[in-house]
Amino acid sequence: MTAVIDKAALDEAAREPRWWQAPPRPVWEDEPSKAGVAGKGIVLAGACLAVLFPLWIVIVTSLSSKRTITEAGGLVLIPKDITFIAYQELLSGGQVTRAAIVSVCVTLAGTLFSMAVSVLAAYGLSRSGSLGHRWLLMTLLATMFFGAGLIPTYLLVQSLGLTDTYLALILPSAVSVFNILVLRAFFMGISPELVDSARIDGAGDWRILWQIIIPLSRAVIAVITLFYAVGYWSAWFNASIYLSDQSMMPLQNVMIQLVQKQEAPVGVSQAIKTGQISALAIQMAVMVMALLPVAVISPFVQKHFKKGMLTGAVKG
Amino acid sequence: MSNSTVPRSRAEATTTEADPRAEAPAGGRPEEKASGRLSLRLRFRRDRTLILMTLPAVLLVLVFNYVPILGNVVAFQEYDPYVSENGFVAMLESPWVGIEQFERIFADSAFWDAVQNTLVLFSLQLVLFFPIPIVLALLINSVIRPRIRAVSQAILYLPHFFSWVLVITVFQQIFGGAGIIAQTLRRHGYEGFDLMTDPGIFKFLVTAEGVWKDAGWGVIVFLAALASVSPDLYEAAAMDGAGRWRRMWHVTLPALRPVIALLLVLRVGDALTVGFEQILLQRDAVGPGAAEVLDTYVWWNGVRNQDFSYAAAAGLIKGLVSVALVLAANKVAHFMGEQGVYKK
Repeated sequence: MTAVIDKAALDEAAREPRWWQAPPRPVWEDEPSKAGVAGKGIVLAGACLAVLFPLWIVIVTSLSSKRTITEAGGLVLIPKDITFIAYQELLSGGQVTRAAIVSVCVTLAGTLFSMAVSVLAAYGLSRSGSLGHRWLLMTLLATMFFGAGLIPTYLLVQSLGLTDTYLALILPSAVSVFNILVLRAFFMGISPELVDSARIDGAGDWRILWQIIIPLSRAVIAVITLFYAVGYWSAWFNASIYLSDQSMMPLQNVMIQLVQKQEAPVGVSQAIKTGQISALAIQMAVMVMALLPVAVISPFVQKHFKKGMLTGAVKG
Repeated sequence: MSNSTVPRSRAEATTTEADPRAEAPAGGRPEEKASGRLSLRLRFRRDRTLILMTLPAVLLVLVFNYVPILGNVVAFQEYDPYVSENGFVAMLESPWVGIEQFERIFADSAFWDAVQNTLVLFSLQLVLFFPIPIVLALLINSVIRPRIRAVSQAILYLPHFFSWVLVITVFQQIFGGAGIIAQTLRRHGYEGFDLMTDPGIFKFLVTAEGVWKDAGWGVIVFLAALASVSPDLYEAAAMDGAGRWRRMWHVTLPALRPVIALLLVLRVGDALTVGFEQILLQRDAVGPGAAEVLDTYVWWNGVRNQDFSYAAAAGLIKGLVSVALVLAANKVAHFMGEQGVYKK
């Protein structure tokens, strides 16, 4: 270090770097080589492209007219004439419209139910000296080590008379012990002084949970809500074994029929046959409908992921 | 009156609630003695709201996780679903056959093929999938521009939230027989291909799908571990003359060690579960020879062929081996001096 203090250099160092500039490096850290930076950039950009490229193709194809798709000989890379005809056709009633409504409703109802049960349980278990606390916690924890198996669970759901009801899509998977543990760990991190002073002021547990704990836990609650919502939105297996009525199927199951088994959905097949729309555009439009809600919501919650995942993974 | 009539003491609250790390799920804690001085009735009156709040979750878990365990008795029966409309009643009336189902399973070569496929897939995932998040995390961690970090993380996390149906469909559109690569090849006079229906590369395909979906998500845990490394360690190492790679070897990797060990233990304990939904969706395209794993074997025999007892027996074998694997893997973790899933 030099004895003379360079005022201009200090100002320069203290200034917040613009986003394209690298923040100041610690003095002991040597400058990276040009090749190193380029190599890192290529690998990282390649990884990001591997995620974005397929999504780009799917979205562009779903927005393409029949002529563009025929000219491209299949999937479209460069958008030419954008049209929303595939979406109009899918959303004008018929099987896909109904499946989308089913998916939205099951996701909303299921997420609400799961969150209510999980937040209550997480709070109930967060005051560790309370009566029965250890027994209740062990009851939940033990399920992380074993499952009952597919067949007994199937027989139970069938015995309860849940088959062919939407409850079969919600109840069996309503509680995730992992999510409860993440919420609980977060609740336990909230300053106990705050809870104590509320209690001295006469607040009961319901009030403490509603007016102190939940407002302070918005971040983790957002993450867990997203986890549950994605779970319900992506689920197809329960519907495939517990529902027999095709008109009750959620969007993912319709997507299986449509894209994997190449069966046109009821209500749209006519438009495909008469040559108005490309079957491919319809398929891609259903895929966009399935990925859109998740792709739109998750970036907003993403800055909280680390906290949620860390407490969950480390505490197991 | 609410339970606020018997307030928990402040001292108790701070010792038990302030430090979540002090508490292990399975370990007994001396703090509980403090509240043990109250009579059971008073403690119930004080804590009844908390118990009430926990009950819905516990009841759901009891019904959907514990009660089905009893249903495993059909593995020792010749379960006949047509005895009664109600599966439970049918269970009570089906004849007992002892371990006959298990003998049938062990004599079935399809079962051993499923075991082999499961283990091969698990090894592939361990070798080709497991290290990728670690490398990606080191890479992202070495990027110091915050904007680039944030954007690349946002993009890499995204596929984790896509459903398996969507992921497989995307792969089909790229690598399938009518996919974009095969079509481009054909248009330029080469022979097309269909990776999605090729049994020979199916296991690599499944692994690649897993990497696409979840490698970015796996980065989070490692990034968090890296963020907690004190910069002083790097500075001290640099003072001692350690270069870039020496610092990674002696500071960064030791910091990741506990997390790597924990995830490895979890993965090994889960070895017999390799992507049930993912493989089930593609089973028909490549045939059971290449795609059948233990979970799909159970599904095929039980749900599809309605041979409930046989499938339940196969599921029971898998479940028991899995529990043994978790416990064994955790023992190994303790032996290596790591914390593992639960404490000793």
